[in-house]
Amino acid sequence: MTINSVAGAIIALFAWIGRIAIAALATVGRLTLFAANAIRRGLTPPYYPAKFFEQLSHIGWFSLPVVGLTAIFTGAALAQQTFTAGSRFNATSTVPAIVVLGIVRELGPVLVGLMVAGRVSSAMAAELGTMRVTEQLDAMTTLRTDPFRYLIAPRLFASVIALPLMVMIANAIGIFGGYLIAVYKLDFNAVGYLKVTREYLELTDFMMALVKAAVFGFFIALMGCYHGFRAAGGAAGVGEGTRNAVVSAFILILLSNLIITVIAFG
Amino acid sequence: MTGVPKIELAGLRKAFGPNRVLDGVDLAVEAGESLTIIGQSGSGKSVMLKCILGLIRPDGGSIRVDGEEIIGLGEREMARVRAKFGMLFQGGALFDSLPVWRNVTFALTQGRNRDGARMRAIAQENLERVGLGPEVLNLRPSELSGGMQKRVALARAIAPRPEIIFFDEPTTGLDPIRADVINDLITSLVTDLGATAITITHDMASARKIAHRVAMLYQGRIIWVGPRDRLYDSGNPYVDQFVQGNAEGPIR
Repeated sequence: MTINSVAGAIIALFAWIGRIAIAALATVGRLTLFAANAIRRGLTPPYYPAKFFEQLSHIGWFSLPVVGLTAIFTGAALAQQTFTAGSRFNATSTVPAIVVLGIVRELGPVLVGLMVAGRVSSAMAAELGTMRVTEQLDAMTTLRTDPFRYLIAPRLFASVIALPLMVMIANAIGIFGGYLIAVYKLDFNAVGYLKVTREYLELTDFMMALVKAAVFGFFIALMGCYHGFRAAGGAAGVGEGTRNAVVSAFILILLSNLIITVIAFG
Repeated sequence: MTGVPKIELAGLRKAFGPNRVLDGVDLAVEAGESLTIIGQSGSGKSVMLKCILGLIRPDGGSIRVDGEEIIGLGEREMARVRAKFGMLFQGGALFDSLPVWRNVTFALTQGRNRDGARMRAIAQENLERVGLGPEVLNLRPSELSGGMQKRVALARAIAPRPEIIFFDEPTTGLDPIRADVINDLITSLVTDLGATAITITHDMASARKIAHRVAMLYQGRIIWVGPRDRLYDSGNPYVDQFVQGNAEGPIR
């Protein structure tokens, strides 16, 4: 009796784990198919260059203010923290090195990725989700226009292109933020600070940041489009899709960042 | 009305989870015919049209358009078949990011910003056909009333001159007068353009006005098809209950 119930509980546990594993694999499979479909169709005609540039300005240009502010504040705070921590064991000279490495290798790409994901994945999911529940996507298909080519591929490609550009800008602004605090508050020598910064800025770090940014850009648009495309059930469904898009984009950005960092710098 | 039917469904099946929405639909629509489908909300009428348009993949059965089996067609072939169709969606489904004239000509430009002047002229001509003037050309769909949105959506559906037009509840949500205007439009489109039409409706006045034949979908099957004059004396208890709107009867 008790053995049976224990065995039953164990079986139930395994069944539960199995169901979760199957659901997770099914999601990965659906996502992979969705992404492959978008890329394949986006690379075959008809092309929509106007849509691509429209998205490029939506994702890139209009995100610049928020990205710039994030970068300058983070760079400045990083310089201050490094100085405060370093002063305990006479290592305040590490400030420019920590700022440049921290910003270029990690904080620049990750913070830009997260800020743009919050702004762009949500907007994409809400827009495409609304189009889904109001049958605009079905209407588009019956009007002989493929939503994968017209809506999704331009978003995906624009996001992959825009993110590296924005990370370049954010890195420069972030380093400048650290420079401002270091020179004007912490009394560093301006020329010396920039000299150390340049010494520690390596091409491989810079390239790695761009690779990360492109990967993040891919996930940002993929999550926004996928969750918008699958939205169902009216306004509540659109809200749920939007939330899922942002949360999953955040997790994928942080996870892929860790994987790339471990592979590239480990 | 001889030869190959314009649209022929045989044993069409589609289930969503345990819910068998279409459970062996058999139906043939002749070229130039206007067929109306009646049935309860959620009985799968829209699903049936979406299966024919390739928007939903059926679980089984056959769909033939001009004798050509379309289930299992690849993306490009399906796009070619879709060019024969126009559809008026229930809520209009206008693209709210585009002005009215770009909506109406969307099938012709495939969403590109080209041929502005010519497309405006085509949009205006099609809007005239549904009784709208040039003053709506530059408006956004959100600036239009429900009835006007439906008419713009109708203009968009007919702009590429499709051989087959589907209307999903064209009169729902309109006042009786506006509804009758839409009925007249549908009738004249079928006559003038020589199109084949399938209309989903709950509106019996509309069904009687626009249909040559009426079919009733119940529990995933077509349980009755007949000429519109027989709608009120079909001899089928399900149809009787539905057209008279009785709460009592075989349908619960």
